[in-house]
Amino acid sequence: MIDGFLALYIFILAAFTGHEIISRVPVILHTPLMSGSNFVHGIVLVGAMVALAHADSTLGKVIGFIGVALGAGNAAGGYVVTERMLDMFKSSKGK
Amino acid sequence: MNLDTATLLPNIAKASYLIAAVLFILGIKRMASPVTARKGIVQAGIGMVLATLATFAITGGHNIGLIIGAIALGVIPTWLWGKKVAMTDMPQMVALFNGMGGGSAAAIGAGEMIKASQGGVALSKTALVLAVVGALIGAISMSGSIIAWAKLDGRMDKRFTFPGQQYFNLLVFIATVALGAMLVMKLDTTIIVAFFILALLVGILMTLPIGGADMPVVISLYNAFTGLAVAFEGYVMQIEALIIAGMVVGAAGMLLTQLMAKAMNRPISGVLFSNFGGGGQSSADIKGSMKPIEASDAASLLYMADKVVIVPGYGMAVAQAQHKIWELCKQLRERGKEIKFAIHPVAGRMPGHMNVLLAEAGVPYDLIVDMDEINPEFATTDVAIVIGANDVVNPVAKTDKSSPIYGMPILDVANARQVIVIKRGKGAGFAGIENALFYQENCKMLYADGQAAAASLSTELKQIDGGGGH
Repeated sequence: MIDGFLALYIFILAAFTGHEIISRVPVILHTPLMSGSNFVHGIVLVGAMVALAHADSTLGKVIGFIGVALGAGNAAGGYVVTERMLDMFKSSKGK
Repeated sequence: MNLDTATLLPNIAKASYLIAAVLFILGIKRMASPVTARKGIVQAGIGMVLATLATFAITGGHNIGLIIGAIALGVIPTWLWGKKVAMTDMPQMVALFNGMGGGSAAAIGAGEMIKASQGGVALSKTALVLAVVGALIGAISMSGSIIAWAKLDGRMDKRFTFPGQQYFNLLVFIATVALGAMLVMKLDTTIIVAFFILALLVGILMTLPIGGADMPVVISLYNAFTGLAVAFEGYVMQIEALIIAGMVVGAAGMLLTQLMAKAMNRPISGVLFSNFGGGGQSSADIKGSMKPIEASDAASLLYMADKVVIVPGYGMAVAQAQHKIWELCKQLRERGKEIKFAIHPVAGRMPGHMNVLLAEAGVPYDLIVDMDEINPEFATTDVAIVIGANDVVNPVAKTDKSSPIYGMPILDVANARQVIVIKRGKGAGFAGIENALFYQENCKMLYADGQAAAASLSTELKQIDGGGGH
């Protein structure tokens, strides 16, 4: 069980980590990075899967189904788009 | 059947989530450098696949058909769409996929609330509060992102305003929060439905009055919102990977949003709650006239120059001119000229939008220079070519205190010996402000579509020396 102060620690430390890792990004990578972090929150898929697995009522299953489909769309679309953008970054020396 | 996720999660799944969280953080970190960026997204992708597989292991086959069906329904169309969409349309795609994530988080919140209201596992007060807050943020992010997508995709008029709009929006927001507070006290299906309808409405109302120039900031903000919503719902579901990944994205997204708003010299509140431009702009201080130039004359200027700086803006994206521009630059490079691309932090519709388009055209990233680095170089630049950029090169931002863009950092293009502005017509920029640069003595206007202008400059350049270079 993640609760109380332990949960608070995870929230705060993760927030600091997010702040730290992005604070030295060149503007050139802002769009791909926004797209990449957009992909990362596609992990919501996992939460939606667990929710759907535990749904009993029809309404619960419908909502769970929507959640999983949307989460999967976030992850898959986010990945493809980010990968395509980053694929194009080449150095003039490295060709 | 009620399963307690906390006791059922086998350690192997927990370990997979931990590895996934580490891969996400390392992946984002790698994406912060052009050299390792490509590896970064692959790494994060591996984390995602690992976490998804681990989840199959712990859900014990419950509703497995539904889960697989929903994943297929989510993955296949977005994957195919993401593969074929044009690079210029990337910003709205990010908005759309972000909206899906917000919707997913909201759906988790809705599902847990409904389950608890029907007498399922009771949520702790903390979990209930976070479920409600996460659902609110997620729903706002979803409907707001969809409006942002529709605007950027040209499916919706740019702005929608009416008198007293801010007060009306505030009222709806307060009503939503009040319903949320009621849910924390007592879960009731009718209130849950009303809460979600209002939350979605808040996202729509918030985004409607915002103009396209502010969209990068808004998309970034909603991206951070979705991260937070995912983190909160992660607590409700007791899955650490969601809390960590969501918080990391939430914090990173908030920082990115601030950086962007700062680059535009607009506080985030200004983006969200005030409307840009359209005001009575006096152009009394602007002297001189716009001087048109023919492609052949512009080509001679380029031919005689040693150093040429290209300043692209959203107009280049609209005209899809990046390939033709790079063709022109390659010709100039063959003739021994120094070429650089100057990028304003908010050029285009997303930060780094121009970089992506230029990279697509094959421009090496070491020729692309940020604003702070290039600004001192304009004084030694022979020709600056402005293509499709307007407000970000307007000296009024430095001189006219009454201008809405006063104080916004700009590219000091005006300091170059010659400026050629490629522009379709004489209209003002997005913010509706006259550009003093265009009236300057050293500035010439090449009226043409971006692609056509770049192509004709290439042709004219070949005419000058027979195409051979040196």
